[in-house]
Formats: sequence, C-alpha cells, structure tokens
Amino acid sequence: MTPPITPSQTVGPFLAIGLPWADGPFVVPDGTPGAITITGRVLDGAGDPVPDALVETWQADPDSRFDHPDDPRGAVTSATPGFRGFGRSATDQDGGYRIVTVRPGPLPCPAGGTEAPHLDVSVFARGLLDRVVTRIYFADEAKANAADPVLSAIAEPERRQTLLAVPGAQAGEFLFDIRLRGERETVFFDV
Amino acid sequence: MTAETGLILPRYQRPEGVHPPLDYPEYRSSQLRAPTRPLVPMPQWLTEVTGPLLGPERVAAADADLTTRHAGEPIGERIIVTGRVLDSGGRPVPDTLIEIWQANSAGRYAHAVDDHPAPLDPNFDGGGRCVTDSDGRYRFITIKPGPYPWRNHPNAWRPAHIHFSVFGRAFTQRLITQMYFPGDPLFAQDPIFNSVPDRTAREQMIARFDLGLTIPDWALGFEWDIVLRGASATVFEREAHQ
Repeated sequence: MTPPITPSQTVGPFLAIGLPWADGPFVVPDGTPGAITITGRVLDGAGDPVPDALVETWQADPDSRFDHPDDPRGAVTSATPGFRGFGRSATDQDGGYRIVTVRPGPLPCPAGGTEAPHLDVSVFARGLLDRVVTRIYFADEAKANAADPVLSAIAEPERRQTLLAVPGAQAGEFLFDIRLRGERETVFFDV
Repeated sequence: MTAETGLILPRYQRPEGVHPPLDYPEYRSSQLRAPTRPLVPMPQWLTEVTGPLLGPERVAAADADLTTRHAGEPIGERIIVTGRVLDSGGRPVPDTLIEIWQANSAGRYAHAVDDHPAPLDPNFDGGGRCVTDSDGRYRFITIKPGPYPWRNHPNAWRPAHIHFSVFGRAFTQRLITQMYFPGDPLFAQDPIFNSVPDRTAREQMIARFDLGLTIPDWALGFEWDIVLRGASATVFEREAHQ
C-alpha cells in the first residue's frame, strides 16, 4: 500500500514571511567571473505585475554537470566556486525578479540528442493553486535551441518565443518575462 | 534518433487527479493568474530528476521553535507539529529542507499586506524552518494559527493552516502546500481546501491529533506526513538497444 501524494496548495499572499532568502537570487556568489543576470517581470492576465510571486530556478553548471547522486554520469562538484544551481527570487512591487547565475551547459538526452542550455523554473503565487513550471532558454543559442527536443515538441512554433531570454542593454544581462495568462501566455509544462 | 547513451534516469510518478486544477473560478485570485493554455508535457530528464539538496547549511537549531525567538512567549495554544517526509513508494526523504509560515493565534500574519483587524503579536513572526533527519522526520514547536476572513466571497474564512514548503531530492518533487487541523468547521466553505478534487487527497492535508505526541502540561501534539511523488525503481527512460 503506497501512501497517497500530498496535494499542492497556493502559497497565498504572505509567502514573504517564510520563503525569501537574502542570498536567494545568487546561484553563484556575487562577483563570479562570467556571471549573468536574468531579470524580468511576472505579469497576470491583465498585463499587471504580480507583486507576490516567487520564482525559483534549477540548472546544470557551465560544464553541463549536476552535483547530484541521481545524475547517472556521476555527481560532480562544479568548477565554478560556490555554484548552487538553485536560485530563488520573490517579486517586487513591479512584479520584478532577478537571478544571478552562470550560463548552463547543454545536456545529453537519454534517447540521444542534446538539450540546449536551459534553466527549469517554478513560479508560485497567490492565485496559483499549484506551481507552474516553465523553462528559460537563451535567444543567442539559436542553433542549439533549434535542435532542442523540448522546444521542438511545442506544437505552435510562435509560442516557443515565450521561453527565450533575450540579451539586455548591458553585457551579461538577459530579460525574461513570465506571462501567467492571456495574450502571449508563457508556455508552461506538465513535468 | 536513438542512441545507446547509458543514461538511466529515475521516472517520477505523475500524480493524476491529486493536485488542484490551476483554473478554478471559485478561488477568485486564480481568475487573472491561472494559465488557460493546456500544459505541455515535459520529459523527466537530467534537469528534472535532479534538484537542489538544501540541508543543514540553511537552518539554525532555533529555527524549528517559533515560540522562543523573541523577548517573550507568543500568545496562543502551544503545539508540536511533527511527521515524516516520504515519497509515494513509502521511502523517507532524509536531510531535506522544510520551510513553514503561518498566521498568529489571532489569525493575523506579520506582513504589511495583512489588514485583518486582529492583533499582531510582538513575540511571533510566523516563519520557521528545519531539516528532516535520517528517517525523514521533522518537528516544529509553534502556536496554533487562528482562522481569518478574506475577501474571496461573502463572509469567507480560511480554516486554520500552516504553509509548508518541501524540496525532496528532484525538481519533479518540489511541493508547497498547507497543513490543516482536524475537525475544522470551516472546511466546507473554503475553496482552497476544496480545490483538491479527490476526498482522500484532501484528507491528506489534515494533521492528526495525537495525545502521545503531546508534552504533558506544556503542548499539544499533531502528526502530519508529507508524501512526495516517488520514483519508479523498475521503469527507465532508456531505449533497449544493444
């Protein structure tokens, strides 16, 4: 007899009491050479900012490795000092979030082929009874993205654009908005 | 294209019918925020079967006792909340971070956005964290949160609850939920509790009172296990070509 899985419930409007960390946005320590910043806004179906959301990210390191025992290639401590792989940012009054990280490497797929560099993303908010899951890819990896099996499986090609972080005005800056609903709704996944 | 990559990955159970639907109009806040497009199926590959292994480095011993962090003791009914984090195969999830937050005994959150006219408690902030032990067990000391009104529908009240955030060992297992208390008269009118379609699954969110867990003359005890999606031990995402 296997125990039934515990259902999800919304984080509600007061997640800031329990979840934000001072170092949450830092997947790598501040000042890490080659670090990039991914910023954006979480927007609702009316296009208004969501000021009480939490964005979490998880990714491989630049050498395509995870320091995790379930990676069949073996757990590897990253060559990037202080690499945590995990980022967490609560949104501000403008719906803005920020993740400081390094670009992940591409990943081999179990059945062959290669996944383009990406971050897995969870978004939690009041109004979301369960997390929503999306991915951040990089717009300047066009060739890798074109061969990515997850992107390629999205039926409407124009919706793939919602998963691309685009280079910003400053070096090392990428912009990635998350539209929860409505026109240009971000692609969300069932994982 | 098929290749002999040798990448044998765990496959996590898909919890059909367990979680609430995202689009659930009875919960008013979902109407502008829940996606309306169908979710796109995603494989469970390297990024999904791994995840942050956050543990003792994120907590201090005092973080598991919400009653002793301020100058005085908080007002309210002192309780122990304990249980295990398991996967759906019944295996404990050890060394994993649990974060909680809750209202005070008057039903007021220590948060600027909460304007419920109930008193704040200077001795209670409502946040806590701990790490499960080698058997997957966690334990918090806190005070029982009060119910509170919200504006979802006329005379709407939330049943008393504690928010729980759990990581497990893989991105697929990440869970944020709420723990409720047995016999709460507010369940029937609460759309968040009732958004879970299956009755057995709803009851998974209700802690069990246990006289054996009380500390005599000091605190009442509640037990609540958290069950995450388990990984199949026998099914692999591997093409069987040799």
